[in-house]
Amino acid sequence: MASLGALSATSGPAAPVLAADEAPNPWFDPSYVTDNWDTIVGHLGQHVRLTVGAVLLGALVALPLALLARRTRFLAGPVLGLSSVVYTIPSLAMFAFLAPFTGPLSATTVLIGLTLYTLVVLVRNFLAGLQGVPADVREAARGMGYGSARLFFRVDLPLALPAFMAGLRIATVSTVALVTVGVITGNGGLGQLIIGGLNANFYRAEIVTGAVGCVLLAMVADVLMAGLERLLTPWTRAVR
Amino acid sequence: MSAFGEAFVYLNDPFNWTRTGGILDLLVQHLRISALAVLLAAVLAVPTGVLLGRSGRGVGAVVVVSNVSRAVPTLALLTVLAVTPLGFSETGTVLALAAFAVPPMLTNTHVGFREVDRDVREAARAMGMSRGQMLTRVEFPLALPLVATGVRTAAVQVVATATLAALVGGGGLGRIINLGFGQQDTGVILAGAVLVAALALLTELLLVLLSTAVTPGPRRWPLRPVRASRAGEPEPTSSGVPS
Repeated sequence: MASLGALSATSGPAAPVLAADEAPNPWFDPSYVTDNWDTIVGHLGQHVRLTVGAVLLGALVALPLALLARRTRFLAGPVLGLSSVVYTIPSLAMFAFLAPFTGPLSATTVLIGLTLYTLVVLVRNFLAGLQGVPADVREAARGMGYGSARLFFRVDLPLALPAFMAGLRIATVSTVALVTVGVITGNGGLGQLIIGGLNANFYRAEIVTGAVGCVLLAMVADVLMAGLERLLTPWTRAVR
Repeated sequence: MSAFGEAFVYLNDPFNWTRTGGILDLLVQHLRISALAVLLAAVLAVPTGVLLGRSGRGVGAVVVVSNVSRAVPTLALLTVLAVTPLGFSETGTVLALAAFAVPPMLTNTHVGFREVDRDVREAARAMGMSRGQMLTRVEFPLALPLVATGVRTAAVQVVATATLAALVGGGGLGRIINLGFGQQDTGVILAGAVLVAALALLTELLLVLLSTAVTPGPRRWPLRPVRASRAGEPEPTSSGVPS
């Protein structure tokens, strides 16, 4: 297409319009979506897998860290400080740091990088939730003979659940957006469409499909998490 | 040789720093793009935040803007702007980065001005201050810590996000990482990662010190042990998005 553009530009000095500009390159093209449905769904699947994996892994690591930070007060500062350092590192650099160890072209690089970012959000929110549990409630439970496991599941968890869910929600939505940067390793979910369209001679329909797909996915994830939150914490509705 | 060794060698070669399109050139370009984006966003966001915050209106709109910005991938906006008539220009990159710098500044400025104590405002008016005097001598000093936090969050985010411009043919230090991935050269990848991460962390450090210095009132030095926040309410305004 570029050579066509050059031809028309040289042949008609009166009308310096490139053929590439005249060729139809719509911003959105339903036929692109239908024709490439399988490819799109494949990238979408990877996007969802990476997001869910990162948030779940992050939650699994963040919960013990938050519990530890609450128990030993002097650890709270370093844990939060370290996590804000992680947060400051640009995602591209994060993937680049991991690439020599996990392979420049592997999805593991992206998964671990994303997990580190979710960790930051989750540790903060989990810690805030746990610190919000009133000390006298915990003391009363302990006085009633609750062991530490029962104390966590019956007292801490229900009371801290709104903060936990808020953290998971933010982590999920920002992870959906961040997955696109994984395109540097070839594992960017819908980001593959964005950069793929750019490389396919600025094919707008593909770029916009990828971009809109990301935003829609983030919105769906947000709504799902909000629904889950309502489902898990029915008592917060009764109070309001 | 390990990736670390290669990265060390790459970073120690003066030619890699000083040649045309070398590290120094890319750094200057990176900082220029970032500064322009932050400036543009500040010009838009801070006055809007002041207006909305003082009038106490637009709370919903500000929240919506900040939530929507979280869902839109920076890479998507960068790419979309690159295929508009703007093309591969620094202008496109600056616009995209500025768009993502607006929400943190707007939210923090808005909250800063909205949370100025009602009684303090009333006292100022009772002392005969005009609206302009109230703004510059009462409200602004009180809102400054949050405004500074907003600008700092946005600036660090912009410096970090400017890296992504390299993925869509733009400049900046991200080029080194992009080149490294393109050549499957882990040494160059690691060298780029070190440079980009160091720049982001230095920016953060510098701005934290700066905002502490300009904040009036008793110093609250950063990096002190974190206070317990209110029940179930994690830091509401200042946290940006990882980029």
